[in-house]
Amino acid sequence: MITTALPILVPFVFIIVFLFLRSSRLTQWLSLFGSSILVVVSVYLYSRVTSIGIQVLHVGGWKAPFGISLVIDHLSGIMLLATSVIVLSISVYSFSYIEKQFPFSRFYLFFFALIMGVNGAFITGDIFNLYVWFEVILMSSFVLITLGSKKAQLEGGIKYMALNIFGSLLFLAGLGLLYGQTGTLNMAHLAAILREEQHALQVNPATILFFVAFGIKAAVFPLFFWLPASYHTANITITSLFSGLLTKVGVYALIRVFTLFFVQDQHFWHNLILIIAGLTMLVGGLAATSQYETRKILSYHIISQIGYMIMGLGIFTPLAVAGAIFFMVHNMVAKTNTFLISGVISRLKGTYQLKEVGGLFIQNPLLAILFIIPALSLAGFPPLSGFFAKFILFKSGIENHNYLITAAALLTAMLTLYSMTKIWIEAFLKKQPDGTEANPAQNKLSVFDILPSAILGLISVAMGVFAGNFFGMCLEAANNLINPVLYIETMLQ
Amino acid sequence: MEITLAILIGLLYAVGAYMILRRSILKFIIGIIFLSNATNLLVFISSGIVAGKPVFVKGARIDGPLADPLPQALVLTAIVIGLGIVVFSLALKYKFFSETGTDDLDQLKKTDE
Repeated sequence: MITTALPILVPFVFIIVFLFLRSSRLTQWLSLFGSSILVVVSVYLYSRVTSIGIQVLHVGGWKAPFGISLVIDHLSGIMLLATSVIVLSISVYSFSYIEKQFPFSRFYLFFFALIMGVNGAFITGDIFNLYVWFEVILMSSFVLITLGSKKAQLEGGIKYMALNIFGSLLFLAGLGLLYGQTGTLNMAHLAAILREEQHALQVNPATILFFVAFGIKAAVFPLFFWLPASYHTANITITSLFSGLLTKVGVYALIRVFTLFFVQDQHFWHNLILIIAGLTMLVGGLAATSQYETRKILSYHIISQIGYMIMGLGIFTPLAVAGAIFFMVHNMVAKTNTFLISGVISRLKGTYQLKEVGGLFIQNPLLAILFIIPALSLAGFPPLSGFFAKFILFKSGIENHNYLITAAALLTAMLTLYSMTKIWIEAFLKKQPDGTEANPAQNKLSVFDILPSAILGLISVAMGVFAGNFFGMCLEAANNLINPVLYIETMLQ
Repeated sequence: MEITLAILIGLLYAVGAYMILRRSILKFIIGIIFLSNATNLLVFISSGIVAGKPVFVKGARIDGPLADPLPQALVLTAIVIGLGIVVFSLALKYKFFSETGTDDLDQLKKTDE
């Protein structure tokens, strides 16, 4: 079905339009329009996946495994939905945070290029095509992170670029080795070959290269250093966008390849993933406690949350993988939301330093409510989404006798609570420190500041209240991942 | 032929690894170029090399194993992507140099505090 390509085609059309547009006001509204279309498209595609089955498009009419196939299964559908929601809220938020004059108005062009890359990575069924989409993401994020060319941005950009290019090269090398062993690039075909000949082929060199490459993208321990060095330098809109989408693409790729075709030596790989997951959570969580700048706390916090998603993959039961997917979507929504709020705080107070702000609870109670929803959700309070995400992971860890990782996850949950409490007390409850003004920039909040956080906050609440329904979606996706017969058959028929 | 290429790839990886560990940003980028070329060659010989045989010729019958066209197509794509990335990183390096006047990676400590 041609509709399968829409998540790529829609942003592509908008990129071309933005190339020729000079008026930034028009661009803003068009980007809002474009992201609304993406929401509609992803809802439509997900409903098709659930009602009809896995959607496949063989691009150019070349049958798999020879051509490039686009495929939307349950996991891709859920990821597309989550992405479109993030994109919509960022589109609204950008109204007041992206400056109107020239280099900044180009934000929208690369914003849509990034969306195209992310959507492409989610729906492609070809491993080389995945590499190409990773490069699309990489190039557009390079430009976005350095947009404005401040010193800190350039420095952060160099660090971001260095590790990510290196990761891409490892991915490409692994891809070459994998092709040399199997003679195919189609993911379903790879799965069919590698599942049949589990011990006849040497794929461990390719596996480790893929693992390190996706590990860099996903920012797992010890490959995460690019993230806290660069995220806080960019414009807050861009940081929020990255926090919602970039690392999750890496996690998605890890889940995809390790459930679909890297099924050799599962014992070894799952243990390795679990060790990495535990260290990622703890190191990220501990590093966050030592920071006093909201964006840096939240950046380190992304890393610790990545650990939970990888943990679900490492336990590798349907329940655990469902938990990982649940956690991923929960995290995309709640994490983006906290970044958006930190931007609003800095708009009111003119700084991200927690030591220089305070008294926001009295000054703006609405903002306090909007912050406390994602913060408590990340910390795992019922009835918000984070509680159920963590509950599923803990339950699967205990059921599968992975006590050590479950203990690490529990400890990290405490650290998360500590970080969130720190922001809450410092920014909202504490009195305004002496010698600083309550509102130095004299900024008033408009509807564009509040609306995106409200949308994302409502989704966090809804994911908690209707956790059963959403968990059903995740479990279906996880079952299709652990036992991908349907995926392979649909693609290769 | 494959042995020669394998040694060449190993050499390129070694040079690239040495270069990206240098302190200068420019040398780092040169290292990336080396690594990228090594990776391209690795992909190119991944499915083996067939000497003196075309991929396909329209209407002609060729005996024996044919060259595999796919790695060649992959490498073409990868070369173009690599070019784009190197050009961007050089532009970034130039901009950074004109802002700060330094090429020393050890000076890049401000965003890591």
